[in-house]
Amino acid sequence: MLHAVLSAATEAAEENMSPVVPEPYDIIGSAICFVIILVFFWKYALPRVQKMLDERAEAIEGNIAKADEAQRKAEAALEEYTAQLADARAEAGRIRETAREDGKKIVAEAREQASGEAARITAGAQAQIEAERQSALVSLRSEVGTLAIDLASGVIGESLSDDRKAQNVVDRFLAELEASEQAAAGGKK
Amino acid sequence: MFVDARAELHAPKQEIALLANALNLLVPMSTDDGGFHGPSIEEFFPGALLFGGTPFEINRITLVRIVAVVALLLVFWLGTRKMRLVPGRFQSLVEMGLDLVRVNIADDLLGKKDGKRFLPILTTIFFMVLFMNLTGVIPFLNIAGTSVIGVPLVLAIVAYVAFIYAGVKKNPKNFFKNSLFPSGVPWPVYIIVTPIELISTFIIRPVTLTLRLMMNMIVGHLLLVLFFAATSFFVVQLGGWWTLLGVGSLAFGLVFTLFEILVAVLQAYVFALLTAVYIQLAVAEEH
Repeated sequence: MLHAVLSAATEAAEENMSPVVPEPYDIIGSAICFVIILVFFWKYALPRVQKMLDERAEAIEGNIAKADEAQRKAEAALEEYTAQLADARAEAGRIRETAREDGKKIVAEAREQASGEAARITAGAQAQIEAERQSALVSLRSEVGTLAIDLASGVIGESLSDDRKAQNVVDRFLAELEASEQAAAGGKK
Repeated sequence: MFVDARAELHAPKQEIALLANALNLLVPMSTDDGGFHGPSIEEFFPGALLFGGTPFEINRITLVRIVAVVALLLVFWLGTRKMRLVPGRFQSLVEMGLDLVRVNIADDLLGKKDGKRFLPILTTIFFMVLFMNLTGVIPFLNIAGTSVIGVPLVLAIVAYVAFIYAGVKKNPKNFFKNSLFPSGVPWPVYIIVTPIELISTFIIRPVTLTLRLMMNMIVGHLLLVLFFAATSFFVVQLGGWWTLLGVGSLAFGLVFTLFEILVAVLQAYVFALLTAVYIQLAVAEEH
């Protein structure tokens, strides 16, 4: 049927015009086209595309790895900072505590020193007072003795120039005085 | 497999019938009306332009094919000349086209390893068929480079050689035995199965590949020529109220132009896909 139609359609041409019978030039031309395109794709285009795809995959993997690395680093740094911060806080606390204790110690020492100093000053003052009292007593005694001797000399008209005698008199006098004083004090008590 | 084979057996019959119908429609029109020049099969036998009669004859079809090849080389040379990791618009488009073959045909059917081996052949088949099909709807070219038997036949032979090569390489001793004597069948059945397998695998496959592509392109071209010739006839030669019919046939022509673009892509895809399927069947362990 196909043949009938085709032959009817191509009667005028009076040639064998069947579309399914290939001409040699047709086959050769087609084969040349095919080979050119095949070689082009095989040797040029597809290798380039493959290379680019590999590079792209590598780049994507590289970027992911890089991002992971960065993430890991950031986390490590954060951890380190947190640790350092905690350390610093502990350090500060310790320093504060030490300072407080030191302060207390210093205050206590100062207080102790001050009270020692005060005691020493007090003791020194008392000793001085005692010494002065003693010296006053001694000078007073000698002066009282001289006065008494003078007075007694005047009274008895006799010079008590003999020192030994005079001294004895004074001592006796003073001893009596002290005794009377003590008696008076004991009586008061 | 048997369903496939049956579909293949039917496919060329349908296409031949389609062609015959189209020709039946055309022949009376071209003979009845002296004023109307309908399309004829002669369009696929253009006169030689250069080197007439030699094996390197150049005619309209050959010229169209050369234009298609040059366009293809240009597009893919420009598209892959400076490949960037982050593609621009044109590179994205080229990559999308190449990915269609690489991912959807080669890797899907053949797996990564075999897919890579046969990728150049599959890519070449797909884009050669696509570009030569598309010349059928491009103004001034107006005829598909695949509508003459040369290209479909050469590509079908390439597919034929490819799948036999794949099978023999994979299974040097048993390929033909596995193909013709499927395992798991009691031996008397071979009397029926072996001739069927022989015909379906080694004869029908290349024939259907060739005819499916060529007939689709021939019929598409005849339809487009019919619509546009009718438009010209109605508007220019008859005029008057016939112009309205001309508008109608022009609209149909435009619709069928879009349809032809779809057919061009589809036939390229089918050709490459079937080649991959044949290779996959040949390298499969169990046939």
